[in-house]
Amino acid sequence: MSIRGAAHIAGVYEHPGRHLPDTSLALIHAEVAIGALADAGLTVGDVDAYFCAGDAPGFGGISFAEYLGIDNVSYTDTTETGGSSYLIHVGHAAAAIAAGKCRVALITLAGKPRTGGRRPGGSGNVSTAPEFGFETVYGTSVLGLYALAAQRHMYEFGTTSEQLAEIKVAASLHAQHNPRAFLPNPVTIEEVVESPLVSDPLHRLDSCVITDGGGALVVVHPDIAKDLARHTIPVLGHGEALKHLDAGRIDLTHTGASASGPRAFAEAGVTPADIDYASIYDSFTITVLETIEDLGFCAKGQGGVFVSEGGLVAPHGRLPFNTDGGGLCNNHPANRGGMTKVVEAVRQLRGEAHAAVQVPDCELAVAHGTGGSIATRMGSATLVLGRGEG
Amino acid sequence: MSNLPTPKPPIDPAIAVYWSAAAEGRLVLPTCTDCGLVHWYPRPFCPDCSSRNIVWTDSDGDGEIYSFTITRRGQGVYRDSSPYVLAYVELDEGPRVLSNIVDADLETLAIGQRVSATFDIVPDEDAALLRFHPT
Ligand SMILES: [Zn+2]
Repeated sequence: MSIRGAAHIAGVYEHPGRHLPDTSLALIHAEVAIGALADAGLTVGDVDAYFCAGDAPGFGGISFAEYLGIDNVSYTDTTETGGSSYLIHVGHAAAAIAAGKCRVALITLAGKPRTGGRRPGGSGNVSTAPEFGFETVYGTSVLGLYALAAQRHMYEFGTTSEQLAEIKVAASLHAQHNPRAFLPNPVTIEEVVESPLVSDPLHRLDSCVITDGGGALVVVHPDIAKDLARHTIPVLGHGEALKHLDAGRIDLTHTGASASGPRAFAEAGVTPADIDYASIYDSFTITVLETIEDLGFCAKGQGGVFVSEGGLVAPHGRLPFNTDGGGLCNNHPANRGGMTKVVEAVRQLRGEAHAAVQVPDCELAVAHGTGGSIATRMGSATLVLGRGEG
Repeated sequence: MSNLPTPKPPIDPAIAVYWSAAAEGRLVLPTCTDCGLVHWYPRPFCPDCSSRNIVWTDSDGDGEIYSFTITRRGQGVYRDSSPYVLAYVELDEGPRVLSNIVDADLETLAIGQRVSATFDIVPDEDAALLRFHPT
């Protein structure tokens, strides 16, 4: 069985806030839920499935279903794979809809890393993690671990800091058109490589932003999509994967995208060459570089060349990416960039991205999420989305 | 002993033999007597074949740097330790092990550089942290 076309994304919403000291975590979840349902032309009363990850307030999905007033949940899923969770939720929602378990699935994300005191990332209960005594005790940091991957990629393939900087530059060129972007000003390659080294070879500007906020998605049965006035986006393929140390054989130059990507493309029946726009998880510049290779947009090791000379810049680059400015410049709510990756891909397919970055005739898009760390263990998820009938 | 912090690791009784050996300055590696795998991080079973027949084989603790980063801004107990080196060391037995490189010249540190194990005692515990220094 395939989920190809079995469900449509009917509503999306990105919270406009980036700094929300006076809005509770639960209320941000509620605001994005109501926003996405309104975008779809639906109400809370239409929802019969709720999906959330570890950022949900309270007890899994139970507290929030009560808080928002979702009274008829026939299907729920709290898959937690960090920033990639929400793309996995889309795949799971599509499978549940295809199996007849539900018809209208709501997916929410929210977080307050700037003002809420919640720990970054989503590493769950780290002190009970079996690796804790063999990693955390050595002064690991999120950026330090990604730096290990970058260093190895540079060693094996000759990738340079300037090439990584191209990724930030492209994101910043897109962010200048987004009035809500946290970093709205274009930056140059020189500015990136001359920003302070935090963990060699990664600089401060190789990193994503830290923002409060959130987002939500509504995934529906095609019969419901047909009756909605809104342009809905068919889910054509979904792939997920868990990559880890593999008993000590870890390869730092590959991500879980090398497994999740082919699964999604196979289900959709398309190839990377068919893709018009890509939302690529961008916690750090190296995350983008390795993911582009692993998804098959170029050969392993060629990512540095691929992203150079404006390769990622919309609308006419080799692979227009993250046209909202991405996590690198626009928004990385709750330190989890997966939700906004789906939101911007839907904007592109609807033709509703900013005119300066809208990809002409955008028919096929990829959204890819990464959770955890590319230098240890991660959850990866890839979605292939189509334009459908607007 | 290095100057880096020695936060207390949680000691899983099922692999206490690893920590006790470390406290004596010895590196022992969990080795499966059924399939031969030497795995990392240590568990009391084999992550390739699920066998519980694990023996702890002595290692010389030699290897080479697989990747490294110089952390310029430590956090938490590492706040005052910057700069310090976080690295994956590929042991000669095979596994790639996350650790620190100590007593290193930061200017010449390189992937492929040979390193050897050293142990930092965790105060008041039958445990020590495995670190590496250039040879
Ligand atoms: Zn075995």
